[in-house]
Amino acid sequence: MHIVIMVKAVPNTAGDERLDERFRLDRVAADPIINQNDEHPLEIALRLAETVPGIETTMLTMGPAGSWSGINKAIAAGVNRSVVISDDALEGSCALATANVLAAGLRKLPFDLVLAGLDTSDGRAGIVASAVASLLGLPFISRASEVSIDDGTVVAKRLRDDGYEMLEAPLPALVTVTQTVGDLRYPSLRGIMAARSRSPETWSLDEIGLSADAVGVAGATTSVVAVDPPSPRPPTRLVSGDPASVVREVIDFLAERRLVS
Amino acid sequence: MSGAIWIIGEIDDDRLLPSSTGVATLARRFGAASGREVVGVVVGVETEEAAAELAAYVPRVLRASVRADEGWLTPSAAAPVIAGLVAEHAPTHLLVPATPGGKELAGALAALLQWGVLANAVDLAWDGRPLVDTVIFKVDMRVRSTFSGDHGLITVQPNVVAPEVLATVGVVEAVAVLGAAESGIRAVVRLVERVRVPAPASVEGARVVVAGGAGIGGADRWPLVQALADALHGAVGASRPAVDAGWVPFSQQVGQTGKSVRPDLYVALGISGEVQHRVGMRTAKTVVAVNNDPDAPIRQFADLFVVADLHEIVPGLVASIQERGAR
Repeated sequence: MHIVIMVKAVPNTAGDERLDERFRLDRVAADPIINQNDEHPLEIALRLAETVPGIETTMLTMGPAGSWSGINKAIAAGVNRSVVISDDALEGSCALATANVLAAGLRKLPFDLVLAGLDTSDGRAGIVASAVASLLGLPFISRASEVSIDDGTVVAKRLRDDGYEMLEAPLPALVTVTQTVGDLRYPSLRGIMAARSRSPETWSLDEIGLSADAVGVAGATTSVVAVDPPSPRPPTRLVSGDPASVVREVIDFLAERRLVS
Repeated sequence: MSGAIWIIGEIDDDRLLPSSTGVATLARRFGAASGREVVGVVVGVETEEAAAELAAYVPRVLRASVRADEGWLTPSAAAPVIAGLVAEHAPTHLLVPATPGGKELAGALAALLQWGVLANAVDLAWDGRPLVDTVIFKVDMRVRSTFSGDHGLITVQPNVVAPEVLATVGVVEAVAVLGAAESGIRAVVRLVERVRVPAPASVEGARVVVAGGAGIGGADRWPLVQALADALHGAVGASRPAVDAGWVPFSQQVGQTGKSVRPDLYVALGISGEVQHRVGMRTAKTVVAVNNDPDAPIRQFADLFVVADLHEIVPGLVASIQERGAR
């Protein structure tokens, strides 16, 4: 049984990310990490591999070539294989092209279950996973907080605001998981040692059968027209001091704005 | 005549989700700016009620009822039906609420139609083509984008505009579902069980949101947040660290991967104000932040920034508000 986890390298938002002159994210300046919401599908895949015998896990990503620390961390934590779809022509790809590329990559991989996070901290669109499911004709379950596999079926607990649903779908299927699953485990020392001999495979566009004009800047369905600086905000009023006077000042402020009577 | 702009209303339990009404209001303004017709679309098993609700916001609504085998319909399962309607009626742009279900639907539609997507729009304009505003990174930086071709999907962040009903209620038309979907959607995803649990008040439509973050310090101290929310008759919200710590359910998370809110008053207790949180509360009218770190990023976008130990001042605030009464 094969599980593929789709992950994205994102800039560390605590860093000093910036846009280049063509309004694209400067991915060299930004130190990439694993998108936080992609740690949860990685973790759930590793848990499934512990409980169901014979599961092989593969991490699939599109992005800069070479090893970055996030990929190494996932391999050290126990992911069996990692594939990076990387090509100069992919630079500037839109969300649709990203989905098309990942779907093309999945067609070249064995899989029974595909897992993904809810969204990414840079794009924030949250549309790629369901797009990939539609492209491949896979049943799609979103927002799972628990995932189990049983006899050719995936069962997932889908979180709702008013409770949850237990849903099941025949494999192969695609499931997105929530942060409630928890972060990717820390690699063991043994895992870190073993990871040194397992470097990521890099696939070009040719290898997944896509042409350069369908992706990247050439095939982008969207483009940035302008970037405006922040609109000026009214100045912030500062309050500090002894608790009783702070409380008074806050209440006065709320009363001024008619937020308390 | 140029193609119409469609707003896809989101249905849950056969009702229109409230977040769709603000998106429909923005769609109407977008339609006026572009000179194009704006049409609401509702697809589901039972659509009559939801279509009528959407017709309070847009002049014309198409509703398509489908049979779902075994009674189940996930948001993306409606995509083939909508794609079929798009092929027949030829709208040029689709607006979808950027809710969990809306995002799921938008991804599936993008794949089926091979249309580009601009996500989390906070405003829309028209200059011979759609201009879609989003905010990224340091949040207040506004990025204006457009589509390369004549078509596109736009997901609109809920709560960026207040819903405004039409003076005259719109017309609802039932439309036939074409092609493969005609015989009903084959529900490959099957519902095994639905469990309802008592949920805290929703932050999405709340007039007041009191949100707590890592600075609350522990589950035993979380009742402070609840107490202030109760005093102000507001809903309890949270930043991601408080949700991940298990102090509050995921449904209350404000920000990326959580809810977008538009309250009159947003009180942030012990929330540092990282970008991921800020994207969900930037349209709050008044922001009061309490933090013991005088350099917390939330300082930059609070109207009132209180540098204090929240445990020392929140009980006093609660007592004082209870005495005076919230509005």
